[in-house]
Amino acid sequence: MNALPCTIYVSFTGALLALAIGSRSAMAARVVALLTALTAWGITLSAASRFVPAAGLQELVNAPWIPDFGIRYHLAADGISLTLLVLTGLAATAGVLFSWNITERTGEFFALYLALIGGVYGVFLSADAFVLFVFYEIAIVPKYFLIAKWGSTNREYGAMKLVLYSFAGSALVLAGLLWAYAAGHATGFSFPELVAATGRLDLTQQTGILALVFLGFATLAGMFPLHTWAPTGHVAAPTAASMLLAGVVMKLGAYGCLRVAMPLSPAAFAVLQPYIAWLAIIGIIYAGLVALVQDDFKFVIGYSSVSHMGFVLLGLAAANSIAVSGAVLQMFSHGVIAGLLFAVVGRMVYERTHTRELAALRALPLHRLLPFAAVVFVLAGLASMGLPGFSGFPAELTILIGAWQTNPLWALAAATGVLIAAAFTLRVIAVAFFGNAGRAGPLGPPDFEDSAARPAVAPYPPITWPEKAGALLLLGATIYLGLSPDTLLNWIRPALQSPAFHAILSGGAP
Amino acid sequence: MFRVFLMSLSVQNLWLIPALPLAAAAIGALTPRTGRALAAGAAITAMAGAFILSCLALVGALAEPAAHQVFNFAWFDLGHGALRLGLLLDPLTAFMGVMVTFVSLLIFIFSTGYMKDDANYKQFFCFLSLFASAMLGLLVANSLLLLFVCWELVGLASYLLIGFWFHKPAAAAAAKKAFITTRIGDLGFLLGILWLQDTQGTLLFYDGGHGILESAALANLAHLLPCGLAASTAIGLLIFCGAIGKSGQFPLHVWLPDAMEGPTPVSALIHAATMVAAGVFLMARVYPLMAADQGLANVPVHALTVVACIGAITALMGALIAVAQNDIKRILAFSTVSQLGYMMLAIGVGSWTAAIFHLLTHAFFKALLFLGAGSVIHAAHHEQDIRRLGGLRPKMKVTFATFAIGMMALAGVPFLFSGFWSKEAILHAAHEWNVSSLPLYAGLAAVVLTALYMTRLVAEVFFGAARTAEADHAHENSPAMTMPLVLLALCAVLLGFLGTPAFPWLQARLLGDSEVHGHSLLEGSGLMRVSIVLVALGLGAGWALYGRRPRARAESPDPLAARAPRLIAALASRLGFDELYAATVGRLSSGFATFCAFLEIYVWDGAVRFLAGLGELSGLVSRENDEQGFNAGFNSASESLRKTSTAYSKAQSGDAHGYLRTLALGFVLLLIIVILGGAR
Repeated sequence: MNALPCTIYVSFTGALLALAIGSRSAMAARVVALLTALTAWGITLSAASRFVPAAGLQELVNAPWIPDFGIRYHLAADGISLTLLVLTGLAATAGVLFSWNITERTGEFFALYLALIGGVYGVFLSADAFVLFVFYEIAIVPKYFLIAKWGSTNREYGAMKLVLYSFAGSALVLAGLLWAYAAGHATGFSFPELVAATGRLDLTQQTGILALVFLGFATLAGMFPLHTWAPTGHVAAPTAASMLLAGVVMKLGAYGCLRVAMPLSPAAFAVLQPYIAWLAIIGIIYAGLVALVQDDFKFVIGYSSVSHMGFVLLGLAAANSIAVSGAVLQMFSHGVIAGLLFAVVGRMVYERTHTRELAALRALPLHRLLPFAAVVFVLAGLASMGLPGFSGFPAELTILIGAWQTNPLWALAAATGVLIAAAFTLRVIAVAFFGNAGRAGPLGPPDFEDSAARPAVAPYPPITWPEKAGALLLLGATIYLGLSPDTLLNWIRPALQSPAFHAILSGGAP
Repeated sequence: MFRVFLMSLSVQNLWLIPALPLAAAAIGALTPRTGRALAAGAAITAMAGAFILSCLALVGALAEPAAHQVFNFAWFDLGHGALRLGLLLDPLTAFMGVMVTFVSLLIFIFSTGYMKDDANYKQFFCFLSLFASAMLGLLVANSLLLLFVCWELVGLASYLLIGFWFHKPAAAAAAKKAFITTRIGDLGFLLGILWLQDTQGTLLFYDGGHGILESAALANLAHLLPCGLAASTAIGLLIFCGAIGKSGQFPLHVWLPDAMEGPTPVSALIHAATMVAAGVFLMARVYPLMAADQGLANVPVHALTVVACIGAITALMGALIAVAQNDIKRILAFSTVSQLGYMMLAIGVGSWTAAIFHLLTHAFFKALLFLGAGSVIHAAHHEQDIRRLGGLRPKMKVTFATFAIGMMALAGVPFLFSGFWSKEAILHAAHEWNVSSLPLYAGLAAVVLTALYMTRLVAEVFFGAARTAEADHAHENSPAMTMPLVLLALCAVLLGFLGTPAFPWLQARLLGDSEVHGHSLLEGSGLMRVSIVLVALGLGAGWALYGRRPRARAESPDPLAARAPRLIAALASRLGFDELYAATVGRLSSGFATFCAFLEIYVWDGAVRFLAGLGELSGLVSRENDEQGFNAGFNSASESLRKTSTAYSKAQSGDAHGYLRTLALGFVLLLIIVILGGAR
């Protein structure tokens, strides 16, 4: 447990190392990045293996930082942070594997990548709102460069939009926190202190503060209608960055909502709860419908991310221990599944076919040219549409059970999202991978005589070992959790018993 | 210990039954494409093992038919209680298990012949095993949640198998249609599960008095909702939605005929014998819940009444449409729709044992008919249009004889054939239902139609002269394909004697009675006489129209269509349900999706671009202001500034490499300053 802060330091050190070594040898930078990611992930896993679930945050570091404002360098963790730390380690490792083929300025790429990871670890470990905020900003900056420099389609626009949204979101958060700090005469930025400060204000002010902070974080979580950065950003980003964006960065927002915003004021949350829930539900359905008519493969996945994050927000909004534990489980599950989907689309398919247009992909017999990619995508797609056996099913089921407790209508509306998810996933599976059969007759072996008549298809480079390793890693995670969600739920549930959450989880539900 | 295990399978070991085919599926998935024999061998061996285990389980269940032996375990904890899953062994599970494993085994063997030229042979067996595993899991589940999990996996396997020949656009479309349509029903099912979990805190069927099918829970659900329905009615109808989708009931029946695009063994196994029966099985399983509102008088509708109406509509509609189809598999598909309607009708009128009896007999004779059709299709080079076949009787003697047995069982030819007895049981139950006589009349009308379309099918395919070269060249298939036909034909005859009115052994065991109370064989003989007359009428009409003067050429007009062209045309187009759904649900959802995409680009993104433009504009204005106003006086100052700028501009090398390094360096410096400053 006590080694957890090292994840931050290891990542930043790895970033500097990759920067230093990258100009000499790209391979060295890759190895440094992989070792760094593995080390950090190993730290989280070893902490997880020794983790004793308990209510409340377990102290890691607590030192004065800027005493004049009562700001302390305060790190702590509980089961919720641990879940997301393990996710970060997993996604970071898989991301390095799927970036193995980056040849352009490899050192800088991995330096920025690891800096982003370090910031993310920092956010999940922070126990002081100011520290959390600093790490949050550290995570935003590298995103811009990763997308603008190594991205594809419309990358400057995507990067700029993403960063502006992120900064706008953090501005809202900062405004809300400063409001609470100043008006409530807080002596510091620790979470309990901010809660106490908010509690000294009247309900109108409390509602205003909560609305600002929640909205700010929810922007990054892709809440409708502030979600539009997500699809463009995901599409423009290089594969590893899309994986991290959807897999981890969107979770920063949801985590902020849960850790910082919601505990601020149970009374104010009760006021805002139905609005948040309905925005989440609209997001689930709306993004699913938009995904249904996209022509770009990656946009489909981008919008599906927004739709699935709607489930996370709905789980938070339902504000009972079942729904919220489901939401955290869904954060992990979606992180893995979205990472897998982006890896197939961005790395396995796009970098070989150089197109993401579904119409163009339909003409290629991809299931035969890239069978591994096809199988992985079908499995990931099944996971994404919430089929039992994969992690999405227990996560969404838990959220729906919890949401039903708060308001059956919410569960009813959100459940239609599962249907829409099936529709858009089956559509891309059929079009992108099985659009062209490349066979002549209904029976018999592939008709090779006919192949001369078809447009010549360049044999693509085979799927490399890092791609296979990364895909198997993520697939293993989603299947393992699909069968045994208790592994994570046993960490998450006790954390929700802490006083900070207890007030919101009992007071929030009518 | 070992001897006990040998004699009967206890409930703790019930998981072995689905696990065996699952292991075969895994073997099939992991073998290379060339491992054809291994994949097929593993699938068949596992299925044979599962069949033996199911027989042992049946022995165990029949030892104490009244008991619901359960084995429950927690899946994951929700905080206030765990989501628990479980295994259940009772006569319903056991009979279904034996049927599914036996029919699957025969169909697997048939497939080794039917699919032998297919390039994806080993995938086929992998998917078949996956399907069988999910189906068997569904049967042994003691938890609505575990049942739902397997239910979804069955849907997945069905999707994979319908779309197995995905290079045919129709097959790919049919697979998607099947998955989405059944998922619409599953949505209701899921909501029913959520509701039950919320009010009961458990989803186990039987749990020592705490399960959802036990009296305490049912009493709990008797309260009325604001809309006037009892809670159990609402939940029951939501679960029924799932059954409507899976069992191809009106109005979600549209996927089932399209599913015939899959290979014929798939049609036989999934879309005739087993999977589509899962909805009927589900209704039989949760029958106590469905019937919980029967004691309430002041409710607008009872759940079972709805089930009976849907079943009656489906039975009649399926039979009507089947009369006007020309594809051999589609005729059988609509006949399946119709027969599933009969089963639902039986459940609705309160006789779930009759429904299961018909389910079991139907599974055998419909599998027989589909495999017979597959034998014909395979022999006739994939010709499926009955108008383009003909004259196959002398060429395919085994297929003809077994197909004829299946046809008579389906038509309900009296006394010797199993379909007669199970159909009589349903009609008898409908006759005794005191709510309405309409289901009975619908059932009786469907009896005539069933005999008519089956006579037409047999006459067109097997009698007369071969009308095309394909039919002319047909010859009998290998024993791998005919042997299952013979075995199924035997069952199609013998199985009926498990449940005749004189000795209703099956029904008694299903209800948990150790003793069998028989009645006279001709009990309710008035009704039986009517239905025998109706069967004769249908057979006679069919023979008069199609058999007496066989079709001469493939293009000759259909005699029935010549008499009632508009009616037959309407039926041939399946009463326009597909068009109706395409025009309403289809167009609505795609329109809505397009609208959302429009909103996305022009409204939400437009707002962002507008704000960005506004920012740019204000920047522009400010700059102009600066240039014209403030800047004028600073010209001299600017001059010196310009010089400095030149120096700086050298640093602006345009080298992103350098920028990044400077940025990182600056960032680290900044951090150090802040940290040092803070520490001081």
